Amino acid sequence: MRAAAELLLVLVVLADFMILGTSRLTTCIRAIAFQGLMLGLLPIALTQHWSLRIAGLALGSIVVKSLILPWLLKRAIREAAVRREVEPRIGFSLSLVLGVVAVAIGFGVAQRLPLPEGAGELLVAVALATVIMGFLTITTRAKAVTQVVGYLMLENGIYLFGLTSADRVPFLVEIGVLLDVFVGVFIMGIVVFHINREFDSISSARLTELHD
Amino acid sequence: MIVWPAIVTLVWLLVVAPLLPGIATKTRAWLTGRRGPPLLQLYFDLGKLWRKRCTYSRTTTWMFRVAPLTLLMTTLGAACLLPLDGSHAVLRFSGDFIAFASLLALGRFALVLAGLDTGSSFEGMGASRDVTFATFTEPALLLGFATLALLSGSLSLTGMFGTAPTPAWTAGAGHVGAAQALIATSLFLVLLAETARVPVDDPATHLELTMIHEVIVLDHSGPDLAVILYSGAVKLMVFGALVVGVLIPPAALSGVRAVAALTGGLVLVAALVGVVESATARLRLTRVPQFLVTAAALSALATLLVLLQ
Repeated sequence: MRAAAELLLVLVVLADFMILGTSRLTTCIRAIAFQGLMLGLLPIALTQHWSLRIAGLALGSIVVKSLILPWLLKRAIREAAVRREVEPRIGFSLSLVLGVVAVAIGFGVAQRLPLPEGAGELLVAVALATVIMGFLTITTRAKAVTQVVGYLMLENGIYLFGLTSADRVPFLVEIGVLLDVFVGVFIMGIVVFHINREFDSISSARLTELHD
Repeated sequence: MIVWPAIVTLVWLLVVAPLLPGIATKTRAWLTGRRGPPLLQLYFDLGKLWRKRCTYSRTTTWMFRVAPLTLLMTTLGAACLLPLDGSHAVLRFSGDFIAFASLLALGRFALVLAGLDTGSSFEGMGASRDVTFATFTEPALLLGFATLALLSGSLSLTGMFGTAPTPAWTAGAGHVGAAQALIATSLFLVLLAETARVPVDDPATHLELTMIHEVIVLDHSGPDLAVILYSGAVKLMVFGALVVGVLIPPAALSGVRAVAALTGGLVLVAALVGVVESATARLRLTRVPQFLVTAAALSALATLLVLLQ
């Protein structure tokens, strides 16, 4: 795999770590926007031969993932008057250590998977690590906005995984881009219902209130 | 075997070392719109302190007097292990990167004992903070060295930074480039912590409850303090040389050009420290371990990248 693509993938992982390690919502959003930009540039760095499809994929991801969604998230914070701090359920250091574990798992699994020819192990490893760290963000951060960011990470991981077969089944990757629409719906929900802390009605923390 | 080029390089860098904190302070002052102290300020300070007399508290013992010299000796010893001219170190043996980390730890240990020796609870607090943060910097440093050892196939610092054919990071074979960039970033974060710079500690403040390094040396005076300040400058030079050594493939250059590249790189690293100092605020004490865990995570990521290929 080419050096440029590798550098982009490492930057994707660094953005993951930034989201896990930061205590500010705006830094979270900036990191996810940066990750989106890196993901948009990846198809260009990976491709052997240029095509309109690749250019469209890159442009589409950059516009949706690094411009529109972060802008919507920022707007949601402003509209719903969310406090600008992440509310983690576990410590930041522990989150980072778990992030390293996630990367290790990603690399370990990627080496054992029977991958198609030409699919870089690094790409798969980073995809898996990003998915795991997305789950981590969703489960360990209390705020609705951070959970949306976690979902975006999850979906970025799936997009990365799709890139391994972008040459053969480009359709899958394009569907991946469509998943972003869901995220848009989430954010709209935050704005409309003014959820400035968490999805109260579906929060698992509420389950403790069942006992008498 | 005596390697004269290495010794001459070491002496040259030891002479210019006090310039580096000056450059960092000047950059910080310049970026925040002030004039700042002159570049040679540390030389003036050292000269002034050297002409003064040491004052010792009656509660202190021999440990307090031995500490500055121990710190200087261990820091110089660590500097001797680095291949500063690109191909030779003054001292080299297999596994000397462990000795490098241990020497720096020994210097810190001596200084911390001297701080405790004064019997002041304020210095005891600084000492406890200093060793707490040291336990977080060492994994990052050693993981970085371990990755470089894997890359170069050599267990000595001379091999990692000098003679061994470490591929240039633009060559793009395997994941070498990404790994080297990660290690350099991690080492730079370690540098900020080890030399008591802004996100971790503030060299410009005295007598604040949040400071770390300055607290421990509060009771030292005269030539003792000069020795400690000079050791701090050498430590900045040593860690700067590590960062530059990872980024510039030293095997590609030789002789005077390698020394010139290293000196220029050190000036850039010092300026970068100044930029970081002016752009960021001090971290809250409880957040410092997180900062250092990030450094360790970067090193661990580099290790994984190298292990995979």
